[in-house]
Amino acid sequence: MNYPVGIRIVKLPCTGRVAVIHLLKALEKGADGVFVAGCMEGDCRYQAGNLRAKKRVAYVRQLLQSIGMEPERVAMYNLSSGEGPRFAEISREMAEKVRQFGPNPVKGKGVRKEKAA
Amino acid sequence: MSTTTPSKLEKILAAGHFAVTSECGPPRSCDQSIVDEKARLVGPYVDVINVTDNQTAVVRMCSLASCIRIKQLGFEPVLQMTTRDRNRIGLQSDLLGAGAFGINNVLCLTGDHQRFGDHPTAANVFDLDSTQLIQTVKRMRDEGKLLGGQEMAEGVRPQLFIGAAENPFADPFEIRVLRLAKKVAAGAQFIQTQCIYNMEKFKLWMQQIVDRGLNEKVSILAGITPMKSVGMAKYMKAKVPGMDVPDEIIKRLQGVPKDKVAAEGVTMAVEQIQELKECPGVRGFHIMAIEWEVMVPEIVERAGLSPRPEVS
Amino acid sequence: MIMAKPKPIEEIINEIKGFDKILVAGCNGCVAVCEAGGLKEVEILASALRMYFGNQHKNMQIDEVSLTRQCDKEYLAEIKDRIGSYDAVVSIACGAGVQFMTEMYNTKRIYPGVNTCFIGVTEEKGVWTERCQACGECILARTGGICPIARCSKRILNGPCGGSSNGKCEIDKDVPCGWQLIYERLKELGELKRFEEPVSPKDWATSRDGGPRKLVKEDSQI
Repeated sequence: MNYPVGIRIVKLPCTGRVAVIHLLKALEKGADGVFVAGCMEGDCRYQAGNLRAKKRVAYVRQLLQSIGMEPERVAMYNLSSGEGPRFAEISREMAEKVRQFGPNPVKGKGVRKEKAA
Repeated sequence: MSTTTPSKLEKILAAGHFAVTSECGPPRSCDQSIVDEKARLVGPYVDVINVTDNQTAVVRMCSLASCIRIKQLGFEPVLQMTTRDRNRIGLQSDLLGAGAFGINNVLCLTGDHQRFGDHPTAANVFDLDSTQLIQTVKRMRDEGKLLGGQEMAEGVRPQLFIGAAENPFADPFEIRVLRLAKKVAAGAQFIQTQCIYNMEKFKLWMQQIVDRGLNEKVSILAGITPMKSVGMAKYMKAKVPGMDVPDEIIKRLQGVPKDKVAAEGVTMAVEQIQELKECPGVRGFHIMAIEWEVMVPEIVERAGLSPRPEVS
Repeated sequence: MIMAKPKPIEEIINEIKGFDKILVAGCNGCVAVCEAGGLKEVEILASALRMYFGNQHKNMQIDEVSLTRQCDKEYLAEIKDRIGSYDAVVSIACGAGVQFMTEMYNTKRIYPGVNTCFIGVTEEKGVWTERCQACGECILARTGGICPIARCSKRILNGPCGGSSNGKCEIDKDVPCGWQLIYERLKELGELKRFEEPVSPKDWATSRDGGPRKLVKEDSQI
């Protein structure tokens, strides 16, 4: 199975665990794109976690739009856990899309944050 | 029935005649000629002319000014007042103005929400509701007192025949009669209903009113609006809140050639009036031919309600 | 609870774009319950702002804090030592919190990050609706526990009006007719008599109409 080199995988028991802040942080820290790979709709191992993830992805897209970034840098995909080749395909698709947008403009800019007290 | 005011409407009803009223929508400008035109058109065929008050929350020449003008032309106006735009101070103030110019009829309404109008961002008032406005007018007239306690001497109190609106077709049906009873308890003397198309439902409502003896205490004027087109009928069925238009009405209009639809609508209105004359408790008709005032004379004549009786 | 919703981020950006050091301050009270101004929302707003200004090639420091409440001085005092180092604060507390912070730190610009909407309840997760208009003279005993001032669009006391349709308010078919709810409840309670008596005009002087209000409980004062 062949998928692009620059993919960092974060494993979770269920995509329902993905919070809006995780998606934002990934981009803030320089990822060019983030995709959430969850179970097929109707087949969520934990009932509806993937539906919640879908809504949170939609919310982040809106937020990205309002700060002038391409909403499609964040995406939701659904597949079953056995579909290795499909995962590779999605990875390639996402990588290609994001390549078209260009690197994340946040990268390398000196935006600072001190730790909260 | 003796009368409480110099109102011609009250006198007609007291004499046992069917009353006929109509309405005039003032212009959205300072063009007084529009008021004159409408008043002269319907005036000779009705007992009193209602003037709407920023109907559907659309800014129009104020009802009070238009009423004064109608009185100057020799006709008798009904001041419609909603509680949406003015607080109790403004409302009582306008009522004093109405009284000063010899206006003898008031229709107390809550008013459509401003969302429907041309100024949906306005703050609304609703300091009082229609029932409380009825109480207020009655108090000013019969006790000579303002809500705040100020007293007016006899002879300088507004002499207003008090009306209210009722919609027999809004939900839930069972509340509609209770609401009417409440308004009568507050002082309503005449009622103009929402325009009627569902005759069965209206007669059911009237039956309940008669059963409670309310028709002895208040005069019910049935609302009649002629349908001008199939489009209008469909619009009213689908888009106007609280409106009940049975399919038979639309079918009947669809069953005639396009150039005859308006005439059919007028015929249907006349037939309704004829039928409702026989309905116990109905004391008159309120003909609302919106932007079609020109048809009012024909409707009144064909319904056998012309000429209007003289009362002193 | 007081319900609020986040302001469009463009509005916030417009107010702070001239500064270099911003503190985003949340509140763990009401606005955390309606997911508009708690710690989670502080993190989200701060992250989005950093990305925006980063993309604009602006070197900006955006920090985060969330206080227990912003309507009590003892909690606002917790940032006393660090607030001096910021050019401005975006407070995502309700309007009361934003103002109270302004009063305490009156040399600092404090900008609101949410629109405060109403006093309401959580109908289900993610859905909040209005229940109380703070009129200052509660009449719930007479209306079966349903408030006509908050739940009737025209706040009438002798309702319903003639515009309700299928139990819904004329302004929006998703808004239940407040008076229909009251009627049904009074019917259930066997208290329809309340419905039949005309209610006199309300004294609005206890509500916003009477001017800004104040409550003093003397036995609580030190």
